[in-house]
Amino acid sequence: MSIELKNVGKQFGGVAVVQNVNFSIRDGELVALLGPSGGGKTTVLRMIAGLEMPSSGDIFIQQRRVNDVSVRERNIGFVFQSYALFKTMTVFGNIAFGLKIKKWKKSDIEARVSELVELLELKGLEKRFPHQLSGGQRQRVAIARALASKPGVLLLDEPFGAVDAKIRQELREWLVRLHHDLNVTTLFVTHDQEEAMEVADRIVVIAKGTLEQIGTPREVYEQPANEFVARFIGVMNVLEAEVTTGVARVGEMEFPTTGVPDGSARIGFRPYAVQVSTDLSQYRYRAVLKHTFFLGIMLRIELELSSGLVIRARMTKEEYSQLGLDDGKEVSLQIRQYRVLASQNGPLSPEVGYAYQMPPTIAEGI
Amino acid sequence: MAGLIARPPRGATHKSQRGSEETPLIKWSLITVALGFVGVFLVLPLVNVFYQALQNGIGFYINSIKEPDTFSAIQLTLLMTFIVVPMNVVFGITAAWAVAKFDFRGKAFLITLIDLPFAISPVVAGLMFVVWFGRQGFLGDWLDAHDLKIIFAVPGMVLVTMFVTSPFVARELIPLMQANGTEQEQAALTLGANGWQTFWHVTLPSSKWGLLYGIILCNARAMGEFGAVSIVSGAIAGQTETLPLRVDKLFHSATAAAGVAAFAVASLLVLLALLTLAIKSYLEWRTEHAEAVAQIESPKLNNSHEH
Repeated sequence: MSIELKNVGKQFGGVAVVQNVNFSIRDGELVALLGPSGGGKTTVLRMIAGLEMPSSGDIFIQQRRVNDVSVRERNIGFVFQSYALFKTMTVFGNIAFGLKIKKWKKSDIEARVSELVELLELKGLEKRFPHQLSGGQRQRVAIARALASKPGVLLLDEPFGAVDAKIRQELREWLVRLHHDLNVTTLFVTHDQEEAMEVADRIVVIAKGTLEQIGTPREVYEQPANEFVARFIGVMNVLEAEVTTGVARVGEMEFPTTGVPDGSARIGFRPYAVQVSTDLSQYRYRAVLKHTFFLGIMLRIELELSSGLVIRARMTKEEYSQLGLDDGKEVSLQIRQYRVLASQNGPLSPEVGYAYQMPPTIAEGI
Repeated sequence: MAGLIARPPRGATHKSQRGSEETPLIKWSLITVALGFVGVFLVLPLVNVFYQALQNGIGFYINSIKEPDTFSAIQLTLLMTFIVVPMNVVFGITAAWAVAKFDFRGKAFLITLIDLPFAISPVVAGLMFVVWFGRQGFLGDWLDAHDLKIIFAVPGMVLVTMFVTSPFVARELIPLMQANGTEQEQAALTLGANGWQTFWHVTLPSSKWGLLYGIILCNARAMGEFGAVSIVSGAIAGQTETLPLRVDKLFHSATAAAGVAAFAVASLLVLLALLTLAIKSYLEWRTEHAEAVAQIESPKLNNSHEH
């Protein structure tokens, strides 16, 4: 285990921002700490780094309990959200700083810096100052600096937050490649589920200071531990339904819900679970296509049922044109898979519906 | 007051010319007014000081300065500056560090206190010290008994000058250090630096411009302070006279020659001021030059990443 948290909690002035967090990260893993802003994930990262002291619980880095070990001796590399480059030092000076502090030999420092400059594609920029670099270059300098003295773990706080969309995509791919090459245990914080899905081996979902779920991107997407995760990861249709004798009803829609007691319940389903046909007799429900959103190769459509209920569906451009869909068109539809969303923190009942293979791309937000 | 010297935004100085939204007429009238003001109120009086100083010839000028009492005033002024400026640098850095990097009770009060010497008339500041250390003051008897002389002696002059100039360094550094935040320091910490290394390699270099401006302002004021020093000095020629006091004494003498000598001494103060400005400009130029060299030497890589 590279990093292990046991019952870690943190209070700021009596307010608990992190409570009872337990998880562990294996050697060489690339893990995302995912959650909404202000959910305590950066605090967790800073506690691992030693920039914040946990109020309770224990933190282990490479089997060593580090609660009382100072930042300087934890052997971690930390990349700040705003990079925090030393603005009075050149690129070389920034990368070499930690090595100089650790009293490396001059020739060793030069060799290590040029190795990193090569690896991070910063060649030729060694003499520049941070303000003379682009956002992407700055971030790579920050990563090079953090990696310089070969830390046991690399921690990144919102690494893609401060650059624009195009560079962000490049940096994501690039972080995956870097991690693959170096195989250093990496933990990064993000509020962007798409980013976490794409980059991480495993995702730790944190909200309101508590751990909601930990699992592979596929696990958290296909088997969300609770309603929060189900709704946070990917887009989900959520309908407030009324259950009577094993059937949940909302508008004209009916969902068999065996075993669910009478009363109100929430029904959730992914947009890709909505099947649409222009043959009005093919499926059970009728709806009008209200609006089409073009999202690259995928499309999202909004369907309004005659009761006024609006649901979102997703399909590829090809399916859309094959079906001959267009705004204002009348269609029939059915829901292939759905689940009864229990209370906010309770366990979720398994999904109900036909056996269905996940589409190859799970980047729902695209 | 402390923010009067405009800092050029480094890096992007030469390029950012806004499109000429105003007509040339407005542009040139504004420039004329600004230059005219500077000319009439700054340059002319300054040139006049040198003109007056040299009107009896260069020989007279040199003799005025070599005159023993004046020479001793030069020495005393430099001595005081050498004591006061480093002390204020230490105080300024300490106070700015405390205010900018930590949260504590009474922080707002400390900031207000740092400003106090700006708000108080230097004459009142001088009197405050007389009340404490003067013969009739609270500590007068005790000082007398131990044969310590503060008022009408150099220690008192150093003390009041320190009081008057104490805000300069701190006032320049506080906003700068606050703007810098603590992230660079945290980064240094994660890279294994201890507190002293962090201060020396990170905090101080990134505040160096503020520190430099603070030192220049502090230096100028330490050399030029008149009101507070004149209260506690007693103006004993050759002993407790600084350059400004010497200028004042010469200027108010009856003879015309003394009047010219006053300007000669005054021109010395002006020269000292110009020298500090020159040093400041040189240091700025050197930094910008180093950055420009880095920019030119680096090949344009990853063009898609450039902004």
